[in-house]
Amino acid sequence: MQRRSLLLGAVLAASTALAGLPAMAQAEPFKVGLILPMTGPFASTGRQIEAAAKLYIAEHGDEVAGRRIELIVKDDASVADTTKRLAQELIVRDKVGALAGFGLTPLAMATAPLSTRAKVPTVVMAAATSSITETSPYVVRTSYTTPQVTSKIAEWAATEGMKRVVTVVSDYGPGIDAEKTFTEVFTTAGGTVENLRVPLQNPDFSPFLQKVADSKPDAIFAFAPSGVGAQFMKQFVERGLDKSGIRLLADGGITDDDILNGMGDPALVAITGFHYSAAHDSPANSAFVEAFQKANNGMRPNFMAVGGYDGMHAIYAALEKTGGEGSGDAMIEAMKGLSWESPRGPVSIDPETRDIVQNVYLRRVERRDGQLWNVEFETFEAVKDPAKAAP
Amino acid sequence: MSTILIDGIAYGMLLFVMASGLAVTLGLMNFVNLAHGAFAMIGGYVTALAMNRLGVPFLLTLPLAFLVPALIGAVAERTLYARLYRRSHLDQVLFSIALVFMAMTAADWLLGSSQMLITLPGWLQGRFEIAGIGVGRYRAFLIVLCAVLVVALQLVLARTRFGARLRAAVDDQRAARGLGINVGGIFAATFAVGSGLAGLGGALGIEIMGLDPTFPLKIMVYVLIVVTIGGTASLTGPFLAALIIGTADVAGKYYIPELGAFLIYLLMIVLLILRPQGLIAPAR
Repeated sequence: MQRRSLLLGAVLAASTALAGLPAMAQAEPFKVGLILPMTGPFASTGRQIEAAAKLYIAEHGDEVAGRRIELIVKDDASVADTTKRLAQELIVRDKVGALAGFGLTPLAMATAPLSTRAKVPTVVMAAATSSITETSPYVVRTSYTTPQVTSKIAEWAATEGMKRVVTVVSDYGPGIDAEKTFTEVFTTAGGTVENLRVPLQNPDFSPFLQKVADSKPDAIFAFAPSGVGAQFMKQFVERGLDKSGIRLLADGGITDDDILNGMGDPALVAITGFHYSAAHDSPANSAFVEAFQKANNGMRPNFMAVGGYDGMHAIYAALEKTGGEGSGDAMIEAMKGLSWESPRGPVSIDPETRDIVQNVYLRRVERRDGQLWNVEFETFEAVKDPAKAAP
Repeated sequence: MSTILIDGIAYGMLLFVMASGLAVTLGLMNFVNLAHGAFAMIGGYVTALAMNRLGVPFLLTLPLAFLVPALIGAVAERTLYARLYRRSHLDQVLFSIALVFMAMTAADWLLGSSQMLITLPGWLQGRFEIAGIGVGRYRAFLIVLCAVLVVALQLVLARTRFGARLRAAVDDQRAARGLGINVGGIFAATFAVGSGLAGLGGALGIEIMGLDPTFPLKIMVYVLIVVTIGGTASLTGPFLAALIIGTADVAGKYYIPELGAFLIYLLMIVLLILRPQGLIAPAR
């Protein structure tokens, strides 16, 4: 008797499982292909974004509107060809519902045509060149654009009464972007600007800094990749420029939260503009920083992490809005005009440009409890990317 | 002007310390060792890690930055390099460039790809003034230290028994062996010292050139230029070349920043057209 009921139970279970099959096929998982540089010179970008995306999923559950979210992380080692190949694999073989990641501009640019053809929403979580969102109608950005931040630094410098500024930028795409924006905004405000470009491969800034020291401007505006930025500040101090009354303005990448603590006291001289600081004073951010550090062995989240976290949010929110349907066109439509409270402050996706609209903060580095932090002292609210906002 | 000159000399001295080992292996032992920069990187990492993880003071890490690469160099010479002395230069180039890439990925894997940062002791930070000329303390320190090294190296090569044996071994290996000179041992020792010097250069260079896993490639070009321009007949040639390149690089970036890093290549072309054998050509 007992055996028979067992058998019966098994049959019943099998039949319900079979009956359940079509239902399960309908709610197949929504896959997100996350392409990041996990090795090579930009591995820290990948590490930060991956950790943030995983944290978002852990906090918000892996199910949205009845569909399970599946994250597939791929390493492109910041080689554009690899990024493109991986994107193709993810689209064709894994049938991802969205692509995300993209550590550098060329990597995002290489993938954009694929997004257009396959109609796959593509969330750029890191790359910061203004024009990326124009390369495909399926690209949405949750990081920042260089002109967005730089224009506000230039505006602030002008209101502080600075008249003459020397720009020192690393000679590569984003550096030149920053130089152009700063010069434009600052000269419109009535100041004069002198431009210097430093080869990217050779991070000895001494001759350039000596030139600045001799021309005695009101301030330097600097743009350099984050590790090199630390070198820049050290040599700025070594040359005694901090005592000569020349102020150091910079894009926030120079005091990257990820490595800020290793820079020591020279970092204290910098005034930077940026969209995110791990020291941002809001409940959402303290919760984010605490959870991030707990999950990642004390690593401090930086602007890359917040880009990844918000990118996941955009995907979650859009999938929710489409009721789990998740087709490319519907997802992109749903992402346009999204607005939410991010750890960095209030943000939204511009419906026209699909680029992020966010606050830009000016910060100075301060020592608190023995650690260095970027402390915000001025806020520019809801800044659009000026390169596209201009009529 | 004077500040630029001093910066340039300090930079040149640093280049010389890194290049001197290569000048010896390439010039005296006739071995093309592109992996020289890898030893410089090892030295840099030894100093950075000893300072940041173990809290060793900067000055005490310098002997370590010499010894560790020297030891690795000695082992590599006996196990790997010794097999390639008689092979063609192409084989040597392929072999040593492969070592560079292995060293770079190994460093990336073990220690991450970000720039290594160190904090110098207080007395080496900032600058002081002599007769109205601002001099960076660290750069002055570099000049003094490297000048001592240059003199010591030259004395060892020219005046000691070891130097004489090395020159003999290089000039005619068979005759030297016949006279009872341990050629293998001498080559190993020389290679180790060269690697150690590279390591020391790497450690001293962190503050000026930065340190990350791409360091061997970044420095390779500069070091090769120094050795090519200087010629390989003696250490005086590379020393002069390092000073010229260092000063030209710094001054070029100061006076004509648009040309940036291009100036030294221009200089190399001109110097090599004028003196294809190097600044100081072999006597033969």
